[in-house]
Amino acid sequence: MLELIVISTLNGLLFGMLLFLLSSGLTVIFSMMGVLNFAHASFYMLGAFFGFQLTKWIGFWPALLLAPLLVGAIGMAVERYGLRNTHKHGHVAELLLTFGLAFAIEEIVAMMWGRSPVDYRVPALLDFPAFTIFSTNYPAYKIFMLAVSIVIFVALLIVLKRTRVGLIVQAALTHPHMVGHLGHNVGRVFMLVFGVGSALAGIAGVIAGPALVTQSDMAAALGPILFVVIVFGGLGSLPGAFIASLVIGLVQTFAVALNGSLASAFGPLDPSAGPSVLTDIWNVTIAQVAPIVPYLLLVIILIVRPMGLMGTRES
Amino acid sequence: MTAAIELNAVEKRFGNVGIIRDLNLSVAQGERHAIIGPNGAGKSTTFNLISGHIRPSSGEVRLNGDVISGLRPFEINRRGLSRSFQVTNVFSRMSVWENVRCAVLWATGHRYAFWKNVDSLPEVRERTSQILDDIHLTHRRDVPAGLLTYAEQRELEIGITIAGGANVVLLDEPTAGMSHAETDRAVALIRRLTEGKTLVIVEHDMSVVFGLADRISVLVYGHIIASGTPEEIRRDPKVKEAYLGEEAH
Amino acid sequence: MNATTTSASNISGKSAGDSLRFYGVWLVGIATLIVLPMIFSSGGSLTSFSLIGIAIVFALSYNILLGQTGLLSFGHAVHYGLGGFAACHVMNAVVSHGWPVPLPFIPLFGGLGGLAFAMIIGWVMTKRAGTVFSMISLGIAELVASSSLILRSVFGGESGISTDRTALPKMFGWTFGPQIQVYYLIAFWLVISAIAMYALTRTPLGRISNAVRDNPERVQFIGYDPHVVRYIAFCFAGFFAGVAGGLAAINFEIANAAYLGAIQSGLVLFSTFIGGVAFFFGPILGAILVTYLQLGLTSVTGVWQLYFGIIFIGIVMLSPGGIAGLIMMHRPLARAGTLQTVIPSYVVAAVPTLALACGVILTIESIARTHSGQSSPINLFGVAFTPASPMTWASAAILIVVGFFVARLSWRRVADAWDRAATIARDRGYLA
Repeated sequence: MLELIVISTLNGLLFGMLLFLLSSGLTVIFSMMGVLNFAHASFYMLGAFFGFQLTKWIGFWPALLLAPLLVGAIGMAVERYGLRNTHKHGHVAELLLTFGLAFAIEEIVAMMWGRSPVDYRVPALLDFPAFTIFSTNYPAYKIFMLAVSIVIFVALLIVLKRTRVGLIVQAALTHPHMVGHLGHNVGRVFMLVFGVGSALAGIAGVIAGPALVTQSDMAAALGPILFVVIVFGGLGSLPGAFIASLVIGLVQTFAVALNGSLASAFGPLDPSAGPSVLTDIWNVTIAQVAPIVPYLLLVIILIVRPMGLMGTRES
Repeated sequence: MTAAIELNAVEKRFGNVGIIRDLNLSVAQGERHAIIGPNGAGKSTTFNLISGHIRPSSGEVRLNGDVISGLRPFEINRRGLSRSFQVTNVFSRMSVWENVRCAVLWATGHRYAFWKNVDSLPEVRERTSQILDDIHLTHRRDVPAGLLTYAEQRELEIGITIAGGANVVLLDEPTAGMSHAETDRAVALIRRLTEGKTLVIVEHDMSVVFGLADRISVLVYGHIIASGTPEEIRRDPKVKEAYLGEEAH
Repeated sequence: MNATTTSASNISGKSAGDSLRFYGVWLVGIATLIVLPMIFSSGGSLTSFSLIGIAIVFALSYNILLGQTGLLSFGHAVHYGLGGFAACHVMNAVVSHGWPVPLPFIPLFGGLGGLAFAMIIGWVMTKRAGTVFSMISLGIAELVASSSLILRSVFGGESGISTDRTALPKMFGWTFGPQIQVYYLIAFWLVISAIAMYALTRTPLGRISNAVRDNPERVQFIGYDPHVVRYIAFCFAGFFAGVAGGLAAINFEIANAAYLGAIQSGLVLFSTFIGGVAFFFGPILGAILVTYLQLGLTSVTGVWQLYFGIIFIGIVMLSPGGIAGLIMMHRPLARAGTLQTVIPSYVVAAVPTLALACGVILTIESIARTHSGQSSPINLFGVAFTPASPMTWASAAILIVVGFFVARLSWRRVADAWDRAATIARDRGYLA
């Protein structure tokens, strides 16, 4: 039991950091540009697939560097040629553009790599157990993932707090209009932010690919969880996104790891109750419910406190 | 007689910043009252406090004697208070006719009806026609509101504001950005349309203020420093120092 | 919900000509529905028409939210699906209990199913508009779709709930076994639903919904609570989506989790938006087009969904008013008689644009077919291209590059022609 808790905590933290890599970019993009980028999870997926393909051609370590850059470049192009032109048609049009993009990207990925998982392997260098907890070996690759996430997190923190660009981004997080009024080249800043945000999603994909499944539906699976994170943490708040990422990461991991249902805890219902909604709910396992928990959280938060935990803006 | 509008010790803070401080204002029934003050004094915030857009941090707002602070804008509107906006706030994709018609629907009792055809309601039609005539926009009835000239949009804005038949009308800088001729037209319109009603108007154009208002209040840094007839205000030294004196007339 | 340019016909004293034209359009539509299966009577056609009919009702219901009230929902299929499940359960109950409810009444129960759910969740959902509403709709849709696999007794698990539409009590001797009878049932419900939804746009609620869409803040200051307006609109949208779901359940004799899913929500969003949200007939066009595309493209290419995505992106970027918007944009020109100035430039611009499209298709099909192991030739305008051959790549490259640059030039000419035509139309008073 203790082993389960420790391993799940580690995995949960890892998943949480991964979510933060994704949600940080999304939060900044949303706060600055007012666009909820539906295609953000798609950039994550592109990172994974580019990582996979480039690893096959030139090896994992070069791929680790190159794939996020490619994804970032695509992100900048999307902003420059897509979003900027749709901006004048309003937020709905921008949202729909990213929605269409997410859809198209998924189809392109499925077209090129098929719809089954691809064999994206952990690089040989890292393919060993880092340590053994109780009876389980904890893979070194996961420690590597954690390390990369933390390094990027620290780098982000430094950039935000100590550089001029970071200052502008911070300001734009809560007062996007003012940033333009202050004379900064908003177009260039937006393109940069979008590019960096996408690149972050790309890195998350490159490193997560070997550990999690790399498949053409991974964006659709992760997308909603991502929205839950940024809504939960608060639209426009990076610290909120961080806390929310960890919380959701841990909750999800524990829910899947633990198992059992009301039936296994309290015994089966009287068989004469027959098939009905009641027996369905009684027999449902936590693992079955686990995928729903994020959406439940999303709906509850949006209803009770649309600002999220620490948000400063509603939309 | 109860005052039309009363603000008692109203305060509004955003975070730690006190925008409105101990604001006391009383507007009598049927009075035309102007609020003037330097930019950033909190005039629009005051309007927002009265019309329910924001809630006072403390103090109370009364309409015809009833407390309305804390009510939502549509609840206040239904009690007979209507306002216009500093930034033109019309329904830009709908025609001028449609704009005014929407504004009369509630007052003519049709509420959320989804079983009546709005074209076949004669009193709605007549009232809309009447208002369009009053604001001299009948010839532009089919034009999408977003395509009107600036002055026409301001006139439409006024039309929408009085269409519901409210007895207390708040106008937020109705002549902002207008030329002299347009301003004169607008003032004549306002005077005619608010006959017998209570009017509170925020304005920067002093000729409009002194020509239209029965009483004037001066708002500086969220606090009313003087309130009285135009003559009293003109002579008040505090006002001269804070506001009028700095203007180049 | 017509553009403001047509509100001229709605002022007191609709001119006789306008009234005639208005009712005429509806009559022609109804006549078309009646006559269509007589002209195209193959089984495949009947199925297509049935599917299109269902899609139109669904898309019109969606536009109550999007085009009319400004609410972008990513989960509208929930009401559609729940309507379908409600219809199936009611049909099965009618058969097992022997109630005297003939099939033509069943879509009503579908509608009630959709309405019930809308009434329950609608109040909280419509508290906010904008992005928050969209995200809640996404969350709710995923919630319901996921729950459907858990609550097997209601949703039948993976296999869904099936039913037999011929087992219900007969009305006028109709068994509704043959597809043509199902088609006419769908057509009937399509007509009354469309009339009802159009009538809704002409009510006080309908007008105020438009106002809420344009400026929710202002609406409060004319006495309306935007929340209530949105809620009622949401309920209506849910009802008619449920009707569409019920019709689908009758047509397929099954309701399953796919009815509720993200794909279904996405499709109706596509249809409505591509058709055009600002006009009542927009979603009708969109539903017809998207259903046809879906049916037609699936047999020609394995990546039809990609083409959908590309078309959608194209419409969002180039013509957010959809096809209806494009058509109505030309109405003032047509009335001013200047349309002929613009048409030749369109024809000229069509050529390089078509070339560009062909180049893109060649590229996509080559990649798709290579990766899926197919080597069947790509047939474009009668010319067969071998996927991924050097010839094909070369052709694609030339078509794309040359097509793009020439198209850019030719569309500039179109813009110039448009300016000229619009200026004349403005002078003649047909354009504001």
